[in-house]
Amino acid sequence: MDAIITSHILTIVTFTPAAGAILVLFYDRSHVRSIRVFSLIIALLTFVFSLHLVAHFEPGNSDFQFVANVPWIPSLGANYYMGVDGISLFLIVLTALLTPLALLASWPITDRTKEYFIFMLLLETGMIGVFAALDLFLFYVFWEIVLIPMYFLVGVWGGERRIYAATKFVLYTMIGSVLMLVAILALYFFHGNAAGEFTFSYTAILQALQSGRLILTPTVELWLFLAFFFAFAIKIPLFPFHTWLPDAHVEAPTAGSVLLAGILLKMGAYGLVRFSLPFFPNVSHLLAPLISLLALVGIVYGALVAMVQPDVKKLVAYSSVSHLGFVVLGIFSFTIQGMQGAVYQMLNHGVSTGALFLLVGVIYDRRHTRLIEEFGGLANRMPVYAAFFLIIALSSIGLPGLNGFVGEFLILLGAFDSNRMHAAIAATGVILSAVYMLWMYQRVIWGSITRRENEALTDINGRERAMLIPLLILAVWMGVYSNHFLRPMDAAIAKLIRQVEKRDANYAQIPK
Amino acid sequence: MNLPVINFYSILPAIVLAAFGILIMTAEPFLGATGKRRLGWLALIATAAAGLALVAMSREAGQWYSNLWVVDDFNVFFHAVFLLIAALTILASLDFLVRENMNHPEYYALLLFATAGMLVMSGSNELVMVFLGLETLSIATYVLAGFRRTDLKSNESALKYFLLGSFSSAFFLYGVALIFGATGSTNLGAIADVLSRQGAPSHLVYLAAAMMLIALCFKVAVAPFHIWTPDVYEGAPTPVTGFMSVGPKAAGFAVFFRIFLTAFPSIQDRLSDVLWAVAALTMILGNVVAVVQPNIKRMLAYSSIAHAGYIAVAFAAGGARGVSAGLFYTLVYSFMNLGAFSIVAILSRSEEKLVQATDYAGLAARRPGLAALLSLFLLSLAGVPGTAGFAGKFFIFQSAVESGLIWLAVIGVVTTVISFYYYLYVIVQMYMREPLENFGDVRLSRGVLAALVIAAAGVIYFGILPARAFDWAARAAASLGPL
Repeated sequence: MDAIITSHILTIVTFTPAAGAILVLFYDRSHVRSIRVFSLIIALLTFVFSLHLVAHFEPGNSDFQFVANVPWIPSLGANYYMGVDGISLFLIVLTALLTPLALLASWPITDRTKEYFIFMLLLETGMIGVFAALDLFLFYVFWEIVLIPMYFLVGVWGGERRIYAATKFVLYTMIGSVLMLVAILALYFFHGNAAGEFTFSYTAILQALQSGRLILTPTVELWLFLAFFFAFAIKIPLFPFHTWLPDAHVEAPTAGSVLLAGILLKMGAYGLVRFSLPFFPNVSHLLAPLISLLALVGIVYGALVAMVQPDVKKLVAYSSVSHLGFVVLGIFSFTIQGMQGAVYQMLNHGVSTGALFLLVGVIYDRRHTRLIEEFGGLANRMPVYAAFFLIIALSSIGLPGLNGFVGEFLILLGAFDSNRMHAAIAATGVILSAVYMLWMYQRVIWGSITRRENEALTDINGRERAMLIPLLILAVWMGVYSNHFLRPMDAAIAKLIRQVEKRDANYAQIPK
Repeated sequence: MNLPVINFYSILPAIVLAAFGILIMTAEPFLGATGKRRLGWLALIATAAAGLALVAMSREAGQWYSNLWVVDDFNVFFHAVFLLIAALTILASLDFLVRENMNHPEYYALLLFATAGMLVMSGSNELVMVFLGLETLSIATYVLAGFRRTDLKSNESALKYFLLGSFSSAFFLYGVALIFGATGSTNLGAIADVLSRQGAPSHLVYLAAAMMLIALCFKVAVAPFHIWTPDVYEGAPTPVTGFMSVGPKAAGFAVFFRIFLTAFPSIQDRLSDVLWAVAALTMILGNVVAVVQPNIKRMLAYSSIAHAGYIAVAFAAGGARGVSAGLFYTLVYSFMNLGAFSIVAILSRSEEKLVQATDYAGLAARRPGLAALLSLFLLSLAGVPGTAGFAGKFFIFQSAVESGLIWLAVIGVVTTVISFYYYLYVIVQMYMREPLENFGDVRLSRGVLAALVIAAAGVIYFGILPARAFDWAARAAASLGPL
């Protein structure tokens, strides 16, 4: 029985939301309440299932666990191959946690509720699938499928310039990912010709690359790396590929922003960790200085631009560019700490930025504006809200004792190890984040009420508390007991470092 | 003198369709309005009967009628695709013809004749037979394009198609004549034999192949021989447009594959280069020009050009994988394109006035089911994973990468991104704009509904579980001989 559950739990976690979406299809569209509640139950159920992964995960084991592997398209060598390691484990749990919270934030949606919740649930399946897929073909399918529900969520339920934002989002991400498709195909044939077995299996291809059975020439490795890298860099988004992000974030409905920032951006960083580094260690090292530079520019530039935003949501959006710069910097430090910090920071960013978008959504629902100047003195009318906001803002800044600190600290530690200059510049990002976040907080929450419209504001209600409290708990938990989260990652990250270090020392000198 | 072996089973599907077509034409004058309406269903039964006949035919593998006619997996595969196309077109037309006051049963008869022509094309092992099939198909389609007799655009469409179509048929005949001059035969097997014994192919052979290539490029509407497509597609009645965008195209590719792979293996390399250019040009032109089309029928016309370009990529890639990818794509493309055109036919309403993308504004709010289905077909055409279109494109680009045509694959995927723009534009209209009208007069009859359900089921099934259909396509490709 246990064996059956172990080999199926990933499938269950991934496809419960999709099954729920199909069931929602049969609801009468006028039963808005039932649709909401049912979708929420499905999402909560998914979360509970995902906890099974945590409970039965073997922390010391660096291999993939809960593996399911059955042929899907045999003539192609594409399998339904899913598995979880320490890196993807918490990303899946984070997805399963953020989705129900995002659904709670979607209560005010009244226009075409049925379609909305269907898209949300489909989105969840896609996102979990991306983190669980171990077959390149399957991975690509999930990767692309995520775009469609998000496209509709932004385009239909978004703000004023939603159509522009949604189209830009899709086209930008598509252009990156189709090149990745060509790279996947090329890798497939290189592997097939070298190993005699045509397969999209991640572990098989990685194994062949690591053991030297499949050797890529430097030029080929460079091209393949770039094709993967563009797809991930656009998704992360790494400076200068970030321009779709502010548009999409600002126009998306609250729940869309939460998942976009909380999960979708992580898909890019996850892709770097999962595919780019172990597949192409030589080029990764070769280009690391350049990529780190882009990450640093992103950290500082994102923070500076965030500072001058008049719109709270846009501010949070640009802060994401800055925070994800940290993640990339950590990844390309090639140190245990940096890598751990990067994965940790991915989770942190999901928690704190997810919560920030939820908080922005709360005042937007009340005032239908997000301009900082429209607020001020909210603490007088919304004390609980102000307290929640403070904790989350501090967690985003990286105050010790809260989650953000652990991630940024580890990344800076790792960066310091590999290049002190990088650490120094990145540290200014931490300072700048305090500037823009606290300044915004001060203008929105403190002082006296300057606008008449804000006099009548009510504090957050039960539903809003329910969606925020889990993230608050997590922010504190991850800040205090970071080992609970770091320890399961250890084995996988140590293995990753070994894989990345396994490179040809003379790479740069190899003639083409 | 040896009399050829007569094997009716081996050509039964074509006989069945032709017989039903004649029956419909003869019965028509004796029937009233209700009776005429029933003839549409009779045509549907004809395709079903032909489907049964196909089962009988598939047991008669081999070459028949002095090597004029081949029954192999390739032929059976295309027979199935053509019959499916015919059935879906008939289902989509049943209500349309009544609505547009043009319920003349000749329509169905012509459709069956056209389909019979396609069946002949896919199984012919002899260039003159191919030509006969081609003409049967073409002449029936010329008339169908002009079926809205009182409408200027429909007439224009028919005339353009006829003039340019005859021109291309002439090219084909020239090619046949020249190859006869060069090899002394019009039988594909015999041509291949002679050519393989001749060593380096002569200029005459190249010229003949080029002539046939041009004619077939015209039929499948690939650049630079695509110019006729938008006008013809726009003017023809929508279900006919749907038929034209998949039927003759698939038949053209069937002939394309059979002629060039069985008779001309000796010029394969040159051909591959030409097809590289044709495919690249077609994908770029089709997708880029489709972006600026406000009229949905024209947009789908350019999109169908682009899709022919994708199939041409498979052909350029060649090899067992390339050919099977091309066959698989023809199959899935039929489902999604016919699905899309069926919905356009429903939404165009009386006299097909409403065919601008902006006419679809707010459809999702009023008719969520129709909007969702059209989105499904469009997303499949765009190649979103989980739909048949993705599986099809994936196999094609895979074969291109395998054959080392990386740049062609890159052009393919980049133009795919461009195509997202115009497919999404329609979805934007349906989902993200406020409705300007109620769509109260949109009628969804049982026939169209059946067509849509079949098409949607195909799009989803082949999208998620493409393995069986692809293996079938691979068997069909393998039956053409060593590739």
